[in-house]
Amino acid sequence: MEKPLYLIPLFPLIGFLINGLLIGRLGKRMISFIACASVGLSFIFGVIYFLDLLSLPTDSRLIESVFFTWIPSGHFHVDISFLLDPLSAVMVLVVAGVSFLIHIYSIGYMHDDRGFGRYFAYLNLFVFAMLTLVLADNYLLMFVGWEGVGLCSYLLIGFWFEKKSAADAGKKAFIVNRIGDFGFLLGLFIIFWQVGSLNYTDVFHKAPEVFAVGGGLITAATLLLFLGATGKSAQIPLFVWLPDAMEGPTPVSALIHAATMVTAGVYMIARSNVLYMMAPATMAVVAIVGVATAFMAGTIALAQNDIKRVLAYSTVSQLGYMFVACGVAAFSAGIFHLMTHAFFKALLFLGSGSIIHAMSGQQDLRYMGGLKKHLPITFWTFLVATLAISGIPGFSGFFSKDEILWKSFSSDFGSVWIYAVALITAALTAFYMFRLVYLTFYGEGRMDSHARDHLHESPPVMTAPLTILAVLSVIGGYVGIPHLLGGANHFEHFLQPVMSGPHEGAGHALAAGGHDATTELILMIGSVVLVLVFIFLAYYFYRKNVAAAGSLRQRLSGIHWLLHGKYFVDEIYGALVVRPLVNGSLFLWKIFDVLVIDGLINGLATVIGDISSGLRPVQTGNLRTYATIFLLGVMVFMAYMIVR
Amino acid sequence: MVPISNFLVVSALLFAIGTAGVMVSRNLLIIFMSIELMLNAANLAIITFSRMNLNVDGHIIVFIVLTVAAAEAAVGLAIIIMIFRNRETVNADKFNLLKR
Repeated sequence: MEKPLYLIPLFPLIGFLINGLLIGRLGKRMISFIACASVGLSFIFGVIYFLDLLSLPTDSRLIESVFFTWIPSGHFHVDISFLLDPLSAVMVLVVAGVSFLIHIYSIGYMHDDRGFGRYFAYLNLFVFAMLTLVLADNYLLMFVGWEGVGLCSYLLIGFWFEKKSAADAGKKAFIVNRIGDFGFLLGLFIIFWQVGSLNYTDVFHKAPEVFAVGGGLITAATLLLFLGATGKSAQIPLFVWLPDAMEGPTPVSALIHAATMVTAGVYMIARSNVLYMMAPATMAVVAIVGVATAFMAGTIALAQNDIKRVLAYSTVSQLGYMFVACGVAAFSAGIFHLMTHAFFKALLFLGSGSIIHAMSGQQDLRYMGGLKKHLPITFWTFLVATLAISGIPGFSGFFSKDEILWKSFSSDFGSVWIYAVALITAALTAFYMFRLVYLTFYGEGRMDSHARDHLHESPPVMTAPLTILAVLSVIGGYVGIPHLLGGANHFEHFLQPVMSGPHEGAGHALAAGGHDATTELILMIGSVVLVLVFIFLAYYFYRKNVAAAGSLRQRLSGIHWLLHGKYFVDEIYGALVVRPLVNGSLFLWKIFDVLVIDGLINGLATVIGDISSGLRPVQTGNLRTYATIFLLGVMVFMAYMIVR
Repeated sequence: MVPISNFLVVSALLFAIGTAGVMVSRNLLIIFMSIELMLNAANLAIITFSRMNLNVDGHIIVFIVLTVAAAEAAVGLAIIIMIFRNRETVNADKFNLLKR
């Protein structure tokens, strides 16, 4: 089926061009209208094509659109062409929908900022890049979007570039992502080298013939692609940029953490599921890295005092979950969690933006408290998101997270160990999220009197997106109710045609056949109980008996120091990578460049200069002397002619 | 009948006088006139050779040279006037700004 799919990314591009080229010439009302309308139109077209897609029979749910031929060069042929299948349809709806709400919210949040036009131009460019990434029908166009979101994250994280920490964070995000992108590109080279094409259809079709299952090449290719994913989706070892990314405006954090950017890695792996299924070793790596990241980031989040930093580490942790899902071949569960996470994490960040807005810029949890009565809408929506991320039954996070936990236990690629760590992480998630809620909204206000007088609920333009996202955070999970709870798991069925992994179907049949239904039920109840226990612990330490939290911190001061310092990963990278690099560069600058290269060039110039000043007296500047010498020259020449 | 070599001798003398004028004189106008003299010495030589070979090509060349010389004289004088306005002198030895 052919449809003009390019319309979906086109609108944000137009919005970017208008807002970007006319910076300083448009009023704020006009800027925000153009920016929001362009993303809104993208979303509407996304919905239209999604409905078209649904009207097709299940096996042929595929809409293609070749925009134009991009690089025709011998065997290498790449089109600017787009592909809408169930996977990219989900991504388009999530990206465009959540981005649209964030755009609306930004009108209120950024209202007094000087860079209003610049901000919305970047935001539109971001959405354009992300939509290109998810809609591309070949790896190269995906890479274009991939680099595009990297660029936009740099621009938006460093949006307040007058602040050194923001500029540094932007640079960090960009450089760390470049490392990942390098791996991604190398992976693409291997694929092109072996398959001779970068088009998804060709690659997935030919891969089983070209690559041996578990062979070295496919393992290398998938590992390199995964390196790219660790950069974009903030996994060990490249997760360090994401917590710093909160230096940007809060809606940008919401955009990066929820809808765009970090989901790119998960999407890419889910998209390449055919390749990953052929490389069991990579799958194991993905699952282990995912679960390790989830646990590590979850523990760091326990001891952070900056509201956005807690949320940032929670994002890293939740992304770890998605990679666990991919690593145990439950790709659709990963995408499911990606979707629900997009809703509740966007809500959490926008809610924290609303809190920071009300607190006149204060981000430290230790100076908050008692905000419940001042910010009722923010409180209730924030609570919904917290319940969702904690995995309380009935909220969207429960369905997706439980699906991942179950798959990590039951899948052929899973193991008890992965399940156990993931379960502990789920409990930790509930703990630090409720710690956040109690410290922020309950108890006595710990802010100074000046801030207390300024407490106010945000304007409707900010609370409306919060409300919509809260609704989505609740109902978002109902598209994928597992069979165990009497649902039909529509979501997994919908993605089934894209997820062609053989084990996917097998695991699915297992759950459907009720073979392990009892185990699944026990595990589900167990995880819910564990989460509730940890929520109670948070309640005990941060609401009921605050002194106990202090004494516990005293007793575990070593661990607290380690967690508060974020395992000192930044410092370790600083010592192992940054410092040698800086020293090497200093050597090249001070010694090699200044002494060797400059010495060579300056020496040459000095020699020429000396010769020139030696020859200078020849030019007397006297007209008559020249004439005489000229005459002599002519005479000598003539004499020579005659004598010869 | 004056022998033809006399014309050449006159031409050579005129050229030598012109050359000496360029080399010796400091006054730009004198230098300029000397150059004109050299030019016309050359003209005379060309006409003489043309006559010797019974060929009219030389006459035509001389006309062209005269035309060019007239134009060149106009431009040259204009330049000298501009120099005089700027520097209030026509002494060629004073024009060594680039050397200093």
